[in-house]
Amino acid sequence: MSSDRWVLRGGRVVDPSQDLDGFFDLLVEDGCVSKIEESLSAPEGCEVFDATGLVICPGLVDMHVHFREPGQEYKESIETGSRAAAAGGFTAVACMANTDPVNDKRSVTAHIVAEAERFGYARVHPIGAVSKGMAGEELAEIGEMVRAGAVAVSDDGLPVKNAELMRRALLYARHFDIPVIQHAEDLDLTGTGVMHEGEVSTRLGLPGIPGSSEDVVVARDLILTEDSGGRYHVAHLSTARSLDMVRQAKAKGMAVTCEVTPHHLLLTDETIAEMEFSSDTKMKPPLRSESDRQALLAGLVDGTIDAIASDHAPHHPDEKAVEFSCSPFGILGLETTLSLCLDRLVRSGTLTLTRLVELLSTGPARILGLEAGSLAVGRPADITVFDSERRVVIDKDHFQSKSRNTPFEGWKLQGGSVVTFVGGRKVSL
Amino acid sequence: MSWARKDLLGIAELSPEEIGLILDTAESFREVAERPIKKVPTLRGRTVINLFFEASTRTRSSFEIAEKRLSADSMNFSASSSALVKGESLIDTAMNLQAMSPDLIVIRHGFPGAPHLLARHLPAGIINAGDGAHEHPTQALLDAATIRRHKGKIEGLKVSIIGDIEHSRVVRSNIHLLTKMGAEVTVAGPYTLMPPGIEALGARVSYSLDEALDGADVVMMLRIQLERQGRMRVPSVKEYFKLFGLQAQHLARANKDVIVMHPGPMNRGVEISSEVADGPYSVILEQVENGVAVRMAVLYLLSGAQGESR
Amino acid sequence: MQGKFEPHSTLMSDAQMRRVIRRMAGEIVERNGGVEGLMLVGIRTRGVPLAERLAAEIERTEEVKLPLGILDITLYRDDLSTIGPQPVVKGSHLPEPVEDRTLVLCDDVLYTGRTVRAALDALLDYGRPRTVELAVLMDHGHRELPIQADVVGSVVQTAEEEVVEVAFEATDGADRVRLLRRVATDSGAES
Repeated sequence: MSSDRWVLRGGRVVDPSQDLDGFFDLLVEDGCVSKIEESLSAPEGCEVFDATGLVICPGLVDMHVHFREPGQEYKESIETGSRAAAAGGFTAVACMANTDPVNDKRSVTAHIVAEAERFGYARVHPIGAVSKGMAGEELAEIGEMVRAGAVAVSDDGLPVKNAELMRRALLYARHFDIPVIQHAEDLDLTGTGVMHEGEVSTRLGLPGIPGSSEDVVVARDLILTEDSGGRYHVAHLSTARSLDMVRQAKAKGMAVTCEVTPHHLLLTDETIAEMEFSSDTKMKPPLRSESDRQALLAGLVDGTIDAIASDHAPHHPDEKAVEFSCSPFGILGLETTLSLCLDRLVRSGTLTLTRLVELLSTGPARILGLEAGSLAVGRPADITVFDSERRVVIDKDHFQSKSRNTPFEGWKLQGGSVVTFVGGRKVSL
Repeated sequence: MSWARKDLLGIAELSPEEIGLILDTAESFREVAERPIKKVPTLRGRTVINLFFEASTRTRSSFEIAEKRLSADSMNFSASSSALVKGESLIDTAMNLQAMSPDLIVIRHGFPGAPHLLARHLPAGIINAGDGAHEHPTQALLDAATIRRHKGKIEGLKVSIIGDIEHSRVVRSNIHLLTKMGAEVTVAGPYTLMPPGIEALGARVSYSLDEALDGADVVMMLRIQLERQGRMRVPSVKEYFKLFGLQAQHLARANKDVIVMHPGPMNRGVEISSEVADGPYSVILEQVENGVAVRMAVLYLLSGAQGESR
Repeated sequence: MQGKFEPHSTLMSDAQMRRVIRRMAGEIVERNGGVEGLMLVGIRTRGVPLAERLAAEIERTEEVKLPLGILDITLYRDDLSTIGPQPVVKGSHLPEPVEDRTLVLCDDVLYTGRTVRAALDALLDYGRPRTVELAVLMDHGHRELPIQADVVGSVVQTAEEEVVEVAFEATDGADRVRLLRRVATDSGAES
């Protein structure tokens, strides 16, 4: 079993929180980082982890996952979801409130926290609902949920449609200094749409979801954020225009952040045609156009985008083995994100390794106010160690997740997770 | 050349040579319909299932006649009489049908990509008889056969397709086919029924009936179903007919030997006047006749690919 | 018929072939007591030039232009499920109704008899002719069905590994009949 004292030796330490990129040894004691020096001798009774040739970084944080518990454990559970997180190199996740029942009260929040602690594969931070039952009418008991461990609020899966409710949520959340996370979608503009509206939807004859479906909600919310002085976070931002609006809001000094998903960074609506209507290419927001994708890549580089989050959305294989139009929206992400980013964003030269760690760890930790995202002395020893050279092939049959809905099956990538430490304990699956 | 595909899912993936082969083969099959005994033993012992998830009297009966004239054993399976109302998935339905060892399955479905889903899961050859607003390959082929008989060629012709472009599978298959064969295609209709980026398929876009008819060799009118698409697109049938309904006086702008086509079923007085539908330029009934020959050709060619794969 | 074949010997020269066709034309007229009610029907592909040549001979001697039909037997073949990609269908054309006519089916070579079986089935779908006769330029045995020709140009006994190849001036540039023999090839060609 894992010990509570470790020396991680010989690895390349990349920690954007301390502007660190070099070869250091780490001493982990009592669940925290206690020393970080160029050469450390292992104290008595301390286990040594040889990290030669590996990268050591603050534990990765996926700020947007769906663990389906309570209510839909046939798709995923807190146990399997957090195993998937560990397998993908994540030490913490934030799980969305659209469970059954909805996480709109203290009891549900507390259940999620307790379950996650029982297994200990990764920290699971609940995100509470904005509205009771996610019905978009009355505010949920946000304060109660925060006391039980909620780190943000969101009705993700659905947008907060009512502008007055959004305004009040932004104001009320100020009491707890938490962000309101918006699933930005105008359901009237989405209509019966199942994919991005454009040349490809026209060719395939599938009803389209226009980019404006996201943009009009982001535009409205930014106005409300400016007036309310609240903290606003755009979940899975997917269009060039929404990104531009976030960029302008940030320039004004507003407390606005946003995340993007690996699939919106790497795939486009054309993928649906290439994969011949595979339901593993169906999610919300939909895979957008190549010009949107290029804009998102630029947003990663210029700092407009604060986090990469997977929107891990498990669905049972039977639910996905249907006509594209009938399939539920959403794909898995926890077990593919790190390899995809290392190979397609860092190896390709778009991002530095430091910037990637910022997007996958320091950035989301900062948005959610977590102690994670840093290997500074005294911080919890949540650590991810990975091999940026290792060649991997995405194989969904070996996923820890209960579900199999990924469009990345068979992708050959370079860079993969090796091991995670949570609170100083080495996680074993 | 010879036919090598297991399935006919769309026109988009076909080469001009493959399209030519189907049209030439269909030309030979037309002759069967002129004989006293309109039946050949070619597909004797082969089983074809017509799997229709949407009502379509004309396409289904056209396939059925084609199958019978080729001596295939055919069976109809329609959504209303199936387990689908009880929520059986498409794949489960298809696996059950596959257990009856059909050689070919003709599928009509309301959702794009449904035939592709079957093709991925079943060894039987799949013929797309219309999937949502995506493709309707045999309709485009029978339209091409009709055009070829009248014009002797497709290359260089000006073809205008007019109506609800957004929701039409006939338009998409026709644009693919006609542009591959060298025709110039214009699509026209109201702004509210024009899908974005249709130009990328190779068609010119117009929002005026008169402009679309200018110098046209072939005019195809599409069925308008306002009850389906809702009044957010077009306020009324009356207003649509005034903007885009084809009437005899409009045809003066077209080429003097223009032909007028319609995939059916027609709404007289909505997208086309009776005067035009029954007039000298109309080839609408010939389209139906060519439909049987084209479907015989497709069934014949695909059944050969089945034989090879076994 | 698989594998690669190479010419082995010439069975008929152009001059011999012309004489044989002339004799066949005479036999057709003679056995039918004239040309009344006759229609020649060539089976695609090499039956068609043979029918044309016979029609030309008959026209020369009898001064009557006989109706000439073309029959594509592809749709009636009994081996469609085993041969892989479907052969191209070129279509049939019979210029007049077949009811109460005497049809003379023409083909270049009579071999297993399966082509003629298919042709008979095809013809009967056009109606009920009074009589159907069969005229072939070459009969080389190996029958698999009980079918005999009424008018034969020449009979040749062939071995298993031999086939007869007929060429016509109209379609192949020269009149000629050759015996081809299978040559050893690498196994790939047999697949």
